[in-house]
Amino acid sequence: MSAEPIERSEAVRGGMFKVRLFEAGSGRPLLYLHGAEGLLGGWQPFLSQLASRFQVIAPEHPGFGESSGVEQLDDVLDLIVYYLDLLDALGLERPHLIGHDLGGMIAAELAALAGARVGRLVLVAPLGLWIDETPVLDFFVVGRQELVAASWHEPASAPARRVLAPPLAEEEQRLAALQRTQNLAAAARFLWPIPDRGLEKRLHRITPPTLLVWGAEDQVVPMAYAELFEARLPNARLEVVPNCGHHPMLERPEAFVQAVVPFLTA
Amino acid sequence: MKLHWFHLMPWQKLPADFTQRYRSVWVDVPSHLWEPLEGHRLYNEYLDELEYADQMGFDGICVNEHHQNAYGLMPSPNLMAAALARRTSRAALVVMGNSIALYNPPVRIAEEFAMLDVISGGRLVAGFPLGTAQDTCLSYGQVPATLREKYDEGYELIMQAWTRPEPFAFNGRFTQLRYVNLWPRPLQQPHPPIWVPGSGSIETWEWVAQRDHVYCYLSYNGYKRGKALLDGYWETIDRLGIEPNPYRAGFLQLVAVSESDAQAEADYAEHAKYFYTRCLHLFDGFTGPPGYRSIASLKRGFATQLGRKVTEQRQALSWRDFVEQGYVVAGSPATVRDQLRELIRSLRVGHLMLLQQFGSMPKHLAMKNTELFAREVLPSLRDLWPEWEDHWSPRSLPSERRVQPAPLPSGNELAAPLREAIR
Repeated sequence: MSAEPIERSEAVRGGMFKVRLFEAGSGRPLLYLHGAEGLLGGWQPFLSQLASRFQVIAPEHPGFGESSGVEQLDDVLDLIVYYLDLLDALGLERPHLIGHDLGGMIAAELAALAGARVGRLVLVAPLGLWIDETPVLDFFVVGRQELVAASWHEPASAPARRVLAPPLAEEEQRLAALQRTQNLAAAARFLWPIPDRGLEKRLHRITPPTLLVWGAEDQVVPMAYAELFEARLPNARLEVVPNCGHHPMLERPEAFVQAVVPFLTA
Repeated sequence: MKLHWFHLMPWQKLPADFTQRYRSVWVDVPSHLWEPLEGHRLYNEYLDELEYADQMGFDGICVNEHHQNAYGLMPSPNLMAAALARRTSRAALVVMGNSIALYNPPVRIAEEFAMLDVISGGRLVAGFPLGTAQDTCLSYGQVPATLREKYDEGYELIMQAWTRPEPFAFNGRFTQLRYVNLWPRPLQQPHPPIWVPGSGSIETWEWVAQRDHVYCYLSYNGYKRGKALLDGYWETIDRLGIEPNPYRAGFLQLVAVSESDAQAEADYAEHAKYFYTRCLHLFDGFTGPPGYRSIASLKRGFATQLGRKVTEQRQALSWRDFVEQGYVVAGSPATVRDQLRELIRSLRVGHLMLLQQFGSMPKHLAMKNTELFAREVLPSLRDLWPEWEDHWSPRSLPSERRVQPAPLPSGNELAAPLREAIR
C-alpha cells in the first residue's frame, strides 16, 4: 500500500483552467478520469492499490470539485483539447488511462482523437453511446433512491456505505450535496439530454489496447453497452465483474485491481 | 395601478386519482388523458374568457408558454395572442412570454412578436422568460448549465434585430446568422415593452433591473409567500440606485370573487383544490436538473413551489387554509378589495396579474368571477400608485387610427357583381 496522496493544483493554458489533482505512487504514469458524480469520496482504496505499481494522477474535470474553467468548454472537442493541454502541462507523454462513466467517455474520445498520447486504455462502464431499446438511466433526473439501487449491487455493503453515507456533520452534508449538484451540472454540459456526442463514429480510431470493465448488474449503463463497445472497438476485451453495479472500482476493488494491473503491465 | 387577466389554460379532466396513479402533470403526463374534442371546447371557451376580460376593461390579457403540461395548454402563446388580436381591441396582449433559448434561431421571436404588435395596433407586451426547467431542459432538451447564456445571447440578437436599421451578421456562440434583417418590424418603436417573468432565480433581478424591464413573479403560492422574493427584487433595485417605481414589478395572484365570502367557498373551493393538488402534481426530478439553478440561488434557498413534498403539504389544505395563507384571495368584493390593496402595497407592484380561471373552473364561473371583479373590485384599485408613471405598458395606436376587423360581405353581395361581370 502506498503513501497518502498529494493534493495539488495545476494551471493549464496560462491559468484559464485551474485543476485540482490527487497524486500518489511512482512508476509509469496512470491517469484516472472520474465519472459524472465527481471523484466520489475523493481518493479511494483502489487508487492506493494502483499507486503501488504506478504513478497515479486523478484530476477533477473542469467544473467539478475545485477545478475551474468549464465555462470555456462548449463541446467534447474543447474538452479533449483541454486534456491534451493538461497532459502537456503535467509532462505526460503517453500515460495509461482509466476512465469511468463520463471519464470513460472522455478517455475514449482522447484515444480516438490522439491515440499516440495514450498507452493502454481501461474503460469502466463508459458513457458515450446510445441504444434506443436500452436507454442509459436518466441519472440527472431519477431520485436518489433509484440511482443508488441502479448503481450498486449491494448498497448496504461496506464499500458502498463508505461512498454513500460518509460520516459527515450536517453542514458538511449540505455542502457535499451542493458540490454533487455542481458536479452533475458540469457533467450535463457533455451528457444532457442524451449522453451521445457522436463517439460511435470515432470508435474505429481507438487503437490502443483496451480493457472494458463492467459490473454485471450495472443498471445505469447496462451490459448491452458493454457488448456494443466490445464489438465496435478494434482492440478491446471485456472483463465482467459479477455481483457488481456501476462502480466496479469502488464496489469490488480487489476484482477490479486484479483485472486491471495484469492488463496494464502486459 | 394596472390589472391584467391571466390564463393558464388548464386541462380540466385530470382524474380524481391522478396523483396516486401518475407521477407528473408535466413532462411525462400520460398522453392517453388527452381528448381532442375536450381540447376543442377548452381552447374556444378559454379564448372567450380572455376576450370577455378585454371587454370588461382589464388593462391586459395574459397568455404564457408551457410544454408537455396539463395545466398549461399553450405550447405556443403566440398562436393564442394572434387569435386574441382580432376579437379584442383595448387590452394589452401580454405574452408572458417566449422562452428565448428554445427558438432556433431566436429571430423567430423577434418576427412573431413584431407581427403580433403590428396586427394588434401596438398592444403587445413582449415577455421573455428564461423558462422553467420542465419546459426548457426536460421537454426541449436544453443543457441546464448553459441555458442562461443561451438566453442572454438570444436576447441580444432579438434586441439588435428590432433596433438595428440595416441587415447585419450575428456570430454568436449558440446562433450564427449571416443576414439578420427583420421584416416585418414592430409597430411600437423602438420595440414593445419587455416584461420578464421569474420564479425565484436571484440572477434575474439584476438582469431585469439593469435593462430597465419589468420583473414579474409568477407564483402560485400567493402574496404572503411571495413577499420575501419581491423584497429581494426591491433590494436589488435599491442597491443599483434605480428609482423604485412600482410599475417595475408584477405579481400573479389567484383571485375568486363572489356575492359573499361563504358563496365564494361554494363556488370556487373545489376548483382551487383541483388546481393545487392535481394541476401542480409534479415529479421532483423534473423541477431542478443540475445546473438549472445557480449555486448562489440554491444557497439562498428559495425552495421550488413545485414537487412532491409541496404537493403533499397542499393535499391537506382546506379552503380556509388556502384563503388564510393567501394562496387564493377570495370572498365578497369588499373582502377581495381589502386584501388586494394590502397585497399591492406590501409587494409594491404596479402590475397585478389575476388568475380568475383556475383548475377545473367552468366557463360560467370564470365569467362570473371576471364580471364581479371588473364591476366591484377593479375600480377601487385603479387609484393606487398615483404618484408614479407607468413607463412599461404598450404605446398602442389611438383607437381612431386602428383598423378594426371589418364585417364580411354576405355571399349574395359578392355574387351580384360577379354575376354582372360574367354576363
